Amino acid sequence: MKILVPLKRVADPDNANKVKVSADGAEVTTEGLEWMMNPFDEWALEAALRLTENAGTKERIGEVVVVSIGPKEATTVLRQGMAMGADRGILIGGADTNLDSGLVAAALQKIVAEEEPHLVLMGKQTADGDSGAASQMLAERLQWPMATFVATVKTDTAGESLLVERELDTGLMTMKIQTPAVITASDRIIQPQAIKNGVTADDFKYPDSDRGRYASLPGIMKAKRKPLRETSIGDLGVEATASVTYTKFELPPARTGETVFVESVDELVQKLHQEAKVL
Amino acid sequence: MTNVLVVAELVGGVARSTTLPAISAAREITGHTGGAFDILVVGAGSTAAAEGLGGYGARKLILAEIDGAYICERYAPVVAEIGQAGYGVLLACASSYGKDLMPRVAAKVGAGVASDITGIAADGGSLIYRRPMYAGNLFGSVKINTAIQVVTVRQSAFDAAAPSGGASATETVSATADAAASKIEFISLETIASERPDLTEADIVVSGGRAFKSAENFENILEPLVDIMGAAMGASRAACDAGYVSNDLQVGQTGKVVAPKLYVAIGISGAIQHLAGMKGSKVIVAINKDAEAPIAQVADYFLVADLFDAVPELTAAVAQLKAAG
Repeated sequence: MKILVPLKRVADPDNANKVKVSADGAEVTTEGLEWMMNPFDEWALEAALRLTENAGTKERIGEVVVVSIGPKEATTVLRQGMAMGADRGILIGGADTNLDSGLVAAALQKIVAEEEPHLVLMGKQTADGDSGAASQMLAERLQWPMATFVATVKTDTAGESLLVERELDTGLMTMKIQTPAVITASDRIIQPQAIKNGVTADDFKYPDSDRGRYASLPGIMKAKRKPLRETSIGDLGVEATASVTYTKFELPPARTGETVFVESVDELVQKLHQEAKVL
Repeated sequence: MTNVLVVAELVGGVARSTTLPAISAAREITGHTGGAFDILVVGAGSTAAAEGLGGYGARKLILAEIDGAYICERYAPVVAEIGQAGYGVLLACASSYGKDLMPRVAAKVGAGVASDITGIAADGGSLIYRRPMYAGNLFGSVKINTAIQVVTVRQSAFDAAAPSGGASATETVSATADAAASKIEFISLETIASERPDLTEADIVVSGGRAFKSAENFENILEPLVDIMGAAMGASRAACDAGYVSNDLQVGQTGKVVAPKLYVAIGISGAIQHLAGMKGSKVIVAINKDAEAPIAQVADYFLVADLFDAVPELTAAVAQLKAAG
């Protein structure tokens, strides 16, 4: 099975509250924040690696290609992906500030045409843009079936179809989807037994973690020599017109008031009842 | 002048309450631009669902019956087809349904998308949508440049529309699935029935974190408090991942976003991703052993205590308050 995993670099999501806006509101500044792999993409990559390996023997049984849109510095996130185990990387050169979902979908469509993967496995949203639209737009462009918010994937060596569970507001939907397909990952796709590929022993448990696997030192060294192809939005023949324009950015209004530390349950109840009037 | 198409969300032959904030947003848009809004009642049981939607001031209800469970590839074509018949904005609630469906529709009609919007403004002749970014640590104002605009609205940011009377005209259209729909087989839908108020609609939400240590503790210690307060129950991502509660109770950047009158966070440290889902709440209470937990940044009231002592005590105190009348 060949899986394409788009990766976006984002400013340290655990410090998203330190993001700033320029005085004129025209730009977001992430100065001082480290660039990292979008955590949602990291889960998608981890799921892709699990789908294409025999976890017991550590043998690779498929191919994972990572792709990113961004400036030269974005190759770091691709090398991280390759250090985790992805086989090849592709950088589509271009600015990655205010990436338009339609543009991302158009660019990825070109890569899919070249690479012909069985699956495009994506994070469900980016930690900065939070739009969650590019994957559905890509599926439509490709005219492929799609499954968003996928929590578990079960397939076999033929990889012709996937049995997936999707997390909805109202519960869990199970469906069978034929490849080639587009899938987005939910928070739980890297639970210890969420991925079954028909090769790894059925009772195998990956470690309980909310991160993808750490890149080993040999993995990091190998990644430096793995093929990384550089292209650009222009070279791919994608029209770079943005379908949306951000006119302004603002920090949210701060919550007013100080935190009142109460001494007891009784004091809390009294304040909620009499002061805040919510109880 | 811009006409708006509201895409209703149907479950079991009834329009889900998520449709109502979408109607409010449509009213706001047409308030700026002139024009009318129609409601596309698409899904299974559209005739029954339409009965509940006729009194909201829509110019017309367009019924598109599609039986079986929601599959994007079966719904998107009719939404796109109707959407291209004279509408400037196609709109739905940013529920898991809207988030899944609308971007695919946008790609069909060549539209730009504004996801999870929390506000609408007009600037000259253009609509400007306000939307959260960076887990709600930034708000962007965005203009959609395409002829048709696709928007999903954050449920907690728009009031549930009240009926305005009258009776919308209705018409029926047929829906044809995409070829890609044949590549998908629906197997099952497991919905979690609860007697409790819906997380996204309740006035009070009480959430538990990983500190509860087990599903039994959620049940035996948190649930009595939730119920005595008549609240909805929520949870941190960590608690959901650990299997203490079902995933649909997750509050946060990637779970449900809530803005109740009172949010009580118990044993929740307050990671950025959790705050994204609740910092719009009117009053926030934190109960945590650690006075320096990041949740303190948004808490109006903070009780430093062990939840295993404090929660049963709080349950009793609230019960007493209610009994006193």
